[in-house]
Amino acid sequence: MTAIDNVNLDIYDNEVFGLLGPNGAGKTTLIHILATLIKPTAGSASVNGYDIVKESSKVRSSIGIVFQAPSSDDMLTGYENLKLHSLLYAIPIHVREKRINDVLELVGLTDRKNHQVKKYSGGMRRRLEIARGLLHKPKVMFLDEPTLGLDPNSREIMWKYIDRLVKDEKVTLILTTHYMEEADFLCNRIGIIDKGKIIALDSPSRLKESLGGEIIKIELKNKEPMKTLVESILKPHDFVHKVEVNDEENVVIVYVDNASRNLPTILKAIDNNVKSVDFRSPTLNDVFLKYTGRHIMAQQEDHAEGGFMERYAQYENK
Amino acid sequence: MLREVLWKDMLNMKINNNFIEIELGKLYAIWLREFKVFLREKSRIVASTFTPLLWLFVLGAGFGTIATNPSAISGTGQIASGGGVGPGIDYQKFIFPGIVSMSIIFSSVFFGSYIIWDRKFDFLKSVMVAPVSRTTIFVGKTFGGMTTSLMQAAILLVVGLFLGIHYTPFSIVLIVVIILFLSFALTSLGLAIGSYMESLEGFQLIVSFVVFPLYFLSGALFPLNNLPPWLSILTALDPATYAVDALRNTMVGITGKNPFVVDIGILLGYVIVLGTIGMLSFRRMKAV
Repeated sequence: MTAIDNVNLDIYDNEVFGLLGPNGAGKTTLIHILATLIKPTAGSASVNGYDIVKESSKVRSSIGIVFQAPSSDDMLTGYENLKLHSLLYAIPIHVREKRINDVLELVGLTDRKNHQVKKYSGGMRRRLEIARGLLHKPKVMFLDEPTLGLDPNSREIMWKYIDRLVKDEKVTLILTTHYMEEADFLCNRIGIIDKGKIIALDSPSRLKESLGGEIIKIELKNKEPMKTLVESILKPHDFVHKVEVNDEENVVIVYVDNASRNLPTILKAIDNNVKSVDFRSPTLNDVFLKYTGRHIMAQQEDHAEGGFMERYAQYENK
Repeated sequence: MLREVLWKDMLNMKINNNFIEIELGKLYAIWLREFKVFLREKSRIVASTFTPLLWLFVLGAGFGTIATNPSAISGTGQIASGGGVGPGIDYQKFIFPGIVSMSIIFSSVFFGSYIIWDRKFDFLKSVMVAPVSRTTIFVGKTFGGMTTSLMQAAILLVVGLFLGIHYTPFSIVLIVVIILFLSFALTSLGLAIGSYMESLEGFQLIVSFVVFPLYFLSGALFPLNNLPPWLSILTALDPATYAVDALRNTMVGITGKNPFVVDIGILLGYVIVLGTIGMLSFRRMKAV
């Protein structure tokens, strides 16, 4: 099976790059390849100028990574986990303590540093992972689904920390997500990935603009007389980009410029056949829909949050 | 000119020292993690101390009546003809070195195969993505296994005092060496097996097909003289056999099957072979 198929990608210094795609699209595999955990079967890649196959040790020294599921040791304290990794990354002894304290401060865990990780909440665990990834001042930081399984509140806190680390630490950030808002909020550029292929690549705003304006969704009262008519009535207006007619649901979707001003014109044209109407700005989901014909929704929520025993229970259930 | 060369050499040496220091730091980090986790998992310590004591006292006392007085089982004299466990040695004392070995077998193999959990819960991935060689991780792990085995054995050694086992400073050194050899070999074996296993279901297989055979075939509970040939061959293949034999020699003064030096030599052979297999398996293990 091919998890990653002919991906050709340049990621620039100090940008926040998002890999957006549904579960199983190949995001994690791509990250694992770049982080030297999996050897690619074909092709080449370099991270921070080092070849991922030939210079894997140098690549490892220049990256930090936050895995999808927290990987710190439950039995150790937050501080001890960081100490362990500071030794593994050979951080010089005279800066070690300062660096540990700095990253703890950055993710807001200073007051919990001497607590065992098993007593941390899901959000705190993720933040500890980020701190660990940053310890050795990596040039590139990978975040694999950094907010998966977090409640909305923890997710927003997490975004705040990620945003801050981009400003404070000057790293290139590569994150994967299947949450639209997350990609939209955090990333300078987004690669939409599906079935191992990058199908679109641009900044979030330009990706959305590429759809052309805003989206008006009109539900019709009765299908037959109007369905085909609507298209011919609306098409001639120059503010209308595209009209999509959904046969099954009695719904017409119109892509327009300046929806708030042009909505009355449209409603007038369709006259009294309108049951309900709804308009909104396009989201990345619409972009995804455009390229794949499918919605990106998470087929199945993973609950990576939790301690050893929770994850063990989850494992038992599988 | 010469001075220049010397100077360069010294610079190189400094770099080398630094390199060694860094590698030792990584090794220490991995070892320290194992040690701390061991100390904090109190239930594991209690359970792994209690089981050997159960064997020692219940089985020791129960079987002791047969082993020292063979007529206890309907006078067949089978055991008597085998010479029993040795003249004037009570059964509990006889199996004590075996029970110490049992504790090492269990803790070492379990420790090694615990790598499956480390992998399942991604801890190992976070270590493997760091610039640390597989060999360093492997050695750090085995040192961790040796430390935990030694600490558990130490608890039993203290219990031995109450059974009338006499230690001298020299015998303690020998005992520690034997324990470290056996636990290094078996932790390597556990790591090798664990590195091939992808799911936790396999853990039960390790218990049935590795841990218990290693224990039962080691002669921990019976003397190795006069065994049927098939059993003799199997016991000879078991590395723990030589540890039990050597410990029995050191602790209770029974010269068993082999002279002490031969036992230690063979044990060292197993250390090298299993250590190499473990390291190679570890190096080819998939990271994710």
